[in-house]
Amino acid sequence: MNAAQSPSIAGQARPAGAVSAHQTPDPAKPARVPLLDVRDLHLQFQTRTGVARVLDGVSLHVDRGETLGIVGESGSGKSVLFLALLGILEANARVTAGSASFGGFDLLGSSEAERSSVRGRELAMVFQNPRAALNPIRRVGHQIEDVLLRHTATPRHALQARAIDALRRVQIADPEARYHAYPFELSGGQCQRVMIAMALACEPALLIADEPTTGLDVTTQAAIMALIARIARESGMATILVTHDLGLAGAHCDRIAVMHAGHLVETAPAAELFARPRHPYTARLLASTPYGARSIESLVSVPGQLPDLTRTDLSPCRFSERCDRVLPACAGALVTRDMGEGHHVACHNPC
Amino acid sequence: MNAQRLLAARAGVAFVLRRLAAALPNLLGVVIVTFLLTRALPGDPAAYFAGPAASREAIEEVRHALGLDRGLATQFGLYLRDLAQGDLGNSISTGRPVATELVERLPASLELTLVALVLATLIAVPLGVLAATRPGSMVDHLCRVIATAGVSLPTFFTGLLLAYVFYFLLGWAPPPTGRLDPAFSPPQAVTGFYLIDALLDADAELLAAVAGQIALPAITLALFVIAPISRMTRASMLGVLSSDFVRTARAVGLSRARVLYVYALRNALLPVVTTLGMVFSFLLGSSILVEKVFAWPGVGSYALEALVASDYAPVQGFVLVLAALYVLLNLVIDLAYGVVDPRARFEA
Amino acid sequence: MRRENLLTVVAASLFALFVLLALFGPWLVPYDPLSTSAGASLSPPDAAHWFGTDALGRDILSRVIVATRLDFGIAVAAVAVSFVIGATLGCLAGFHGGWHDRIISRLADTIMAFPLFVLAMGVVAAMGNTVANIVIATALINLPFYIRVARAEVNVRREAGYVEAARLSGASDARILVTHLFPNILPPMMVQISLNMGWAILNAAGLSFIGLGVRPPAAEWGIMVADGAQLIVSGEWWVAFFPGLALMLAVFSFNLLGDGLRDLIDPRRRT
Ligand SMILES: Nc1ncnc2c1ncn2[C@@H]1O[C@H](COP(=O)(O)OP(=O)(O)OP(=O)(O)O)[C@@H](O)[C@H]1O
Ligand SMILES: [Mg+2]
Repeated sequence: MNAAQSPSIAGQARPAGAVSAHQTPDPAKPARVPLLDVRDLHLQFQTRTGVARVLDGVSLHVDRGETLGIVGESGSGKSVLFLALLGILEANARVTAGSASFGGFDLLGSSEAERSSVRGRELAMVFQNPRAALNPIRRVGHQIEDVLLRHTATPRHALQARAIDALRRVQIADPEARYHAYPFELSGGQCQRVMIAMALACEPALLIADEPTTGLDVTTQAAIMALIARIARESGMATILVTHDLGLAGAHCDRIAVMHAGHLVETAPAAELFARPRHPYTARLLASTPYGARSIESLVSVPGQLPDLTRTDLSPCRFSERCDRVLPACAGALVTRDMGEGHHVACHNPC
Repeated sequence: MNAQRLLAARAGVAFVLRRLAAALPNLLGVVIVTFLLTRALPGDPAAYFAGPAASREAIEEVRHALGLDRGLATQFGLYLRDLAQGDLGNSISTGRPVATELVERLPASLELTLVALVLATLIAVPLGVLAATRPGSMVDHLCRVIATAGVSLPTFFTGLLLAYVFYFLLGWAPPPTGRLDPAFSPPQAVTGFYLIDALLDADAELLAAVAGQIALPAITLALFVIAPISRMTRASMLGVLSSDFVRTARAVGLSRARVLYVYALRNALLPVVTTLGMVFSFLLGSSILVEKVFAWPGVGSYALEALVASDYAPVQGFVLVLAALYVLLNLVIDLAYGVVDPRARFEA
Repeated sequence: MRRENLLTVVAASLFALFVLLALFGPWLVPYDPLSTSAGASLSPPDAAHWFGTDALGRDILSRVIVATRLDFGIAVAAVAVSFVIGATLGCLAGFHGGWHDRIISRLADTIMAFPLFVLAMGVVAAMGNTVANIVIATALINLPFYIRVARAEVNVRREAGYVEAARLSGASDARILVTHLFPNILPPMMVQISLNMGWAILNAAGLSFIGLGVRPPAAEWGIMVADGAQLIVSGEWWVAFFPGLALMLAVFSFNLLGDGLRDLIDPRRRT
């Protein structure tokens, strides 16, 4: 399948503000069609111990060119959320409700063939642990070419040059030589650059970076983040940054969403979130994390742990068991309140 | 760029030398063990090698020829000297040099073994892949049962069963006697592999006859090693399919076929290549039994004929040649592994 | 899950049956397994001779039953010998390291440098054609597996806390090995044993099939299959079929049990 036949998002939407053919703008609201619009996503895993309801009504949106941060404890469902949007979860995962539109393209309802033609071309994702995320026995240049071959009409003789260009774009020293390298011959930071090069080879409209710097040393972390930020700025690409690191999210993101046990508990512009956290969970996180400091991992101050998601008696608010502001009303259905200024919080008793 | 190429080339050469060096102790071990087997016989090795019907003078002659009247170290030296000259002694029953006879019969055995290996791989790898891509399915269970049943099959028994069904009952296969129906004359010897030689002769009828003759013994042998290969493929494919780099390949939208074959399978086959050593051990061992069942004129039945006649030089020669062949095959597997896995070439 | 349990139950029943036959076979047989009868030679299976008779008119059912003891005996003896020697050598190599380790590992590597069945054949051919030598040869080719398992298991436990504690309290090396390390390596060794048993039977029967070891007229599955081999092409299938089937089922039940045991003891290694 080549690019011409496959559903295109960026192609029709790059001119900022253009509306996709599939979506009629709601006349009641001014046309601000988000690039990614996820509504009420429910997802469960069939496990040996029962059904784990890992995502429970997640809604979020990302605008063109925007950077959204996703933070939350390990196991809160951050990776699963985006793997589900890409449609690359294991066979034991099932989306039970919800919708996801990406520039008018129906991410959850389309066929695998359609989805795979969007993945890597319009919607790209990079992962943590870059060394393991690259094919160990294939030259990195060829891995980039695989992506180009899949999604673009690049003639074979031009492939190598384009792959080397992609490497140059992520500022790898001596890209001609690195083209022939195997992942084990590169450092962790270089591998992450290669993966970013693969992800960006087709100039996607949205890059999902799932903890792209975890496991890299501090200076490399900064360089990788700067690289992603620069490319996003230059090409108008939207970015979702999944991280444990509140400081990192604060430094790089326009808006931040906080996840807890499969719920998006709070979303707000970054400065607003740090200044006025409304969800008790966010408040706890921030109270123990001086702005710009370490990651959630080191936090001991949020007491308790994530509930077992296979339980059938989970309270509608999955934080209530750990919460010191819990009210009788918390046993009622969870609603997300609009606090104004783009600040949303899913809590009966916000701070 | 050139510097990198040079580095890679140097690593490649170092790798080959390292593998060669690692094979040498094994070869030496094999030679020592076969030497000990010829000397550490209960009773009188000279009488043993001279055969049951030998006269006293003949025994003394053998004793002197083998150096058995000298010290063990000297004997080993003589043994090495003989080996270096390709001298494995003479067969008593035929009076010909063992080495010559083994060389004549080796192609028949190799052809059978390789055809069986190819056949087994062609069946086992797809089976393992299918099982791994559908864990818990019918194919998966089938793979498990075949794997366990396969290693439980006594090859000589399956061979007989196949011969009974396909020759006696159905009449589809030619009689289980040898490499070629006596009505045909063998193809012109180029490689010694009848299948290839018949192909080179461009003789379709002959090729069909040769293929028909090799089919049953090769299937018998293959059945025995399908189990380990498919098992290994399944296990390693399962591991690879849940690996990070396969997730990356899917995340960039590569087609299912490309993810499965270029990304997953190639990596999954690496551990399978390393188990080929064990597979060859099985194949070479069971080929003796299969050769006996199908009167296949290879080195195995040569050794067995000699064994029955209490003619021991051919038996010892056979053990040595097969062990040396096995060391060589393992070396080839190691080198092949270095070709498919770049990491192996670089490790210290 | 349930399907696997069923298989394991089938395997265990088969195994129990074979054990019974091995123990009490000689008292259960309908005919004398050695008595020949020229009149009744090569009669196909019928009500009198369920498995038919062979070329000498011997009852095949009786011979198959009686052979169980010999075949199992050889395999059990061979595996026991390799277990004892292999565990000892492996423990020494794993515990002391250094030159102990180098020599013992080299020994294991040298055995593994042969195609194993070929080595067994060479050993029996050189040492003489007896049942004892079949046991020795089969034990020899199993030895590397036990050495390697024991060595690896001892190696990872050598520095374990309880070993250090025993050492500090003044226990001798031998004592530590026997009382602290050996019990810990038993479970993986048991798995190895159960996986090896089937293979040991196959090897022993294979050696008899090519005329090594057991001698006629003794009843043994491998020899009986060999006896029937020439008759296959003339249609007398039962002579080779029933002993071959018994051999196959015995090995199959061992392998299934071995798999089950491995899943039980070490679920991670399941394939
Ligand atoms: N294939 C699977 N089968 C069953 N449960 C799964 C599977 N994959 C993930 N989960 C569960 O889903 C939950 C969310 O996992 P996820 O990987 O999204 O967490 P995360 O927020 O990304 O954590 P981290 O910060 O450690 O990456 C966890 O409880 C995890 O155990
Ligand atoms: Mg994650």
